[in-house]
Amino acid sequence: MNVHARDWDAFVTPAEEGAVHMDLAVEGITCAACMGEIERGLSRLPGIRKARVNLTSQRLAVDWDTGQTGADEIVAELSRLGYTAHPFDPASQKDRQDQTGKNLLRCMAVAGFAGMNIMLLSVSVWSGNATDITPETRDFFHWLSALIALPTVAYSGRPFFKSAFTALRAGRLNMDVPIVIGVTLAVGLSLIQTMQHQHHAYFESAVMLLFFLLVGRYLDHNMRGRTRSFAENIAALKAEVAARIGSDGSVREVPLSKIKPGDMVLVMAGDRVPVDGVVFDGRSEIDQSLVTGETILHAVGKGAQVYAGTLNGDGTLKVRVSTATGATLLDEVNRLLETATQAKSLYVRLADRAAQLYAPIVHGAAAVTFAGWMFAGADWQPALVIAISVLIITCPCALGLAVPAVQVVASGQLFKSGVLLNSGDAIERLSDVDTIVFDKTGTLTTAEPCLLDNGQLSYELLALAGRLALSSRHPLSSALVKASGALRPFGSVSETPGAGIEATVDGVALRLGSPAFCSVPDAEIGALLKMHPGASVIAVKHGAEPAVLLPLRQSLRQDAAAVMRELSGLGYQLEILSGDRKGAVRAVAEELGLANWQAEVKPGDKIAHLEALKQQGRKVLMVGDGLNDAPALAGAHVSLSPVTAVHLSQAAADAVFLGDKLQPVADALQISRRARKAIEQNLWISALYNVVAVPIAVAGLVTPLMAAVAMSASSIAVTANALRLRWGEGGSTRSEL
Amino acid sequence: MDVLIYLIPIALFLGLLGLAGFLWSLKSGQFEDLEGAKWRILEDDDLDGSAEKKTGEG
Repeated sequence: MNVHARDWDAFVTPAEEGAVHMDLAVEGITCAACMGEIERGLSRLPGIRKARVNLTSQRLAVDWDTGQTGADEIVAELSRLGYTAHPFDPASQKDRQDQTGKNLLRCMAVAGFAGMNIMLLSVSVWSGNATDITPETRDFFHWLSALIALPTVAYSGRPFFKSAFTALRAGRLNMDVPIVIGVTLAVGLSLIQTMQHQHHAYFESAVMLLFFLLVGRYLDHNMRGRTRSFAENIAALKAEVAARIGSDGSVREVPLSKIKPGDMVLVMAGDRVPVDGVVFDGRSEIDQSLVTGETILHAVGKGAQVYAGTLNGDGTLKVRVSTATGATLLDEVNRLLETATQAKSLYVRLADRAAQLYAPIVHGAAAVTFAGWMFAGADWQPALVIAISVLIITCPCALGLAVPAVQVVASGQLFKSGVLLNSGDAIERLSDVDTIVFDKTGTLTTAEPCLLDNGQLSYELLALAGRLALSSRHPLSSALVKASGALRPFGSVSETPGAGIEATVDGVALRLGSPAFCSVPDAEIGALLKMHPGASVIAVKHGAEPAVLLPLRQSLRQDAAAVMRELSGLGYQLEILSGDRKGAVRAVAEELGLANWQAEVKPGDKIAHLEALKQQGRKVLMVGDGLNDAPALAGAHVSLSPVTAVHLSQAAADAVFLGDKLQPVADALQISRRARKAIEQNLWISALYNVVAVPIAVAGLVTPLMAAVAMSASSIAVTANALRLRWGEGGSTRSEL
Repeated sequence: MDVLIYLIPIALFLGLLGLAGFLWSLKSGQFEDLEGAKWRILEDDDLDGSAEKKTGEG
């Protein structure tokens, strides 16, 4: 029904040699066969330079000559092949290139290469020291190691240097500070040892340490990257576009980023309003449930304010964009969001907290060792060698892997349950939740309304009403269509905007629309609303028979009650915090058996409530989907939002869950609890390893070989423990989800 | 031991070659879609018609 053409040129970016490039999120790519089909199908078009499907992120990148083919033809060919494509907004394109990930991978490759080569030389020296190596050969090997190690440390160490420097400048200690000190000291001392023709140098320890840590860093980064790309796909699938009315009256779809205040935008029946603005022309009803949590439809006409994210009813609206005025709901939400996010950034990750405890101990131990050996009469150099080996053997190599390894495994488990993580430390924060606050509309309930009761409606009449509803794009009509399972619309349907639709079936008039449109007395509506508080009402009238009223409301998610029981059984305190009216919220709370609920809560009040809970020492998980929830989502200790949520809320939430069920919320909590346990075990493993290794190192008994073996062994131990999270869970996997 | 003068540079050169290969493949985007890559090797697009026929008959 979207008759206006999409302005595809707005999504295209220039590529080399006069060609253009476009990225598309493609729906329906499920297997390798689809990949080949799309690529082959597109390359048959004239002028296509390159078409490549990325199966991991389910995206398509096309390059083509504008002279020979157009973006429209490409999308048409895709839909002929059976795939729906959604363009990305080029404005957000540059963020999508994963520079950090590539950089980490490059650093890792260089460190790996250097580590292997230096290890080769070092093993030769170690075995030579035990047998018959000549001093010249040893020096040559050491110099060669130095030649490889110095540029490697300078190149691969950058991520650590940078982060340690930032932390130190802010007056904090993080994991990277002991790493940088250890590596720099080890390389520096090794250089001096080499110059003095000593038997030992420690280049391999420094480089292997960097390599292991980079592996952990990359795993950590990759986990977040995958969620990010899926979240962007979801955003693209939800088509963040607006139909702009040009000065010549033409209507073209453009990305939201190209819409300026003062532009005129066309909103078709049944579409989401893409912007905040004022209605310039047209009448309709607006479903604001995503924005305010209210489930009742609002009638709007010329001059009324509409908000981005709301769902338009059955009228077509012309909206003048007003986002820039600074007083819109979105601005208010953004302002609250910013404050909330700032407050949350104070959270210190478990690994960093461990490091804050760890670094002083490690550095203290090394310093004491150095002083001790000097005091015992050793030369400064052997004393420093021993101190450095303490520093290196205690160095948070296992600690660096301890957290990311668990997070990667846990995020894989979460992914299977339909939960996508937005932030890396969400797992940690999820695990110490004790209170869960739910939004109602769209979270506990489905996002779309459902027919509550068709007791008075005969099966035949329901079928007829369903067929009639097919001709309307009103959100309530689609609920009726779903309830009746109707497939064929009637041929000639007349519509009265803002009231209802009418058709003549076998000579009898059939009407569907507002109670007034079907001339139902107010008393009857009141009686129905008493039975179904908070419901929206539409009426069906067939011929001369009295009209039948149908109550519709967002119904509870199918497993909501079971999940609530499960969660309160696990000891979580549950609450509902909704922007909807009292009656509607009470009905849901009673059905779910929840005693704590608040209705008609504004975005600012939601934050205030969360703040109050925080003051009581509670760790709150906020689950919500609306624009009004976004600041609360950002402000809560941790937050989840369903994939049907508005874009802003998804971005503010720590994780997004897919599907029509609420079960992922419970799964996320359980998986994160197990992950938290594994992280703690890993930190204990590292600590235990240190308890054993440090005295040996302090005693000066650690040879470089022992240090290398011990370091690798501890890294393997924590990685294996993280993988246990997957094996241990095997029996209880909820694969039926 | 004089042979080391040749062997070590050769070993390092081969290692560097591997590193350069990795960095090149990273730059050309071959690590961007590991999921797709594992399926691509199973595709027969690069065979020409006659070869395809032959495998079909065989």
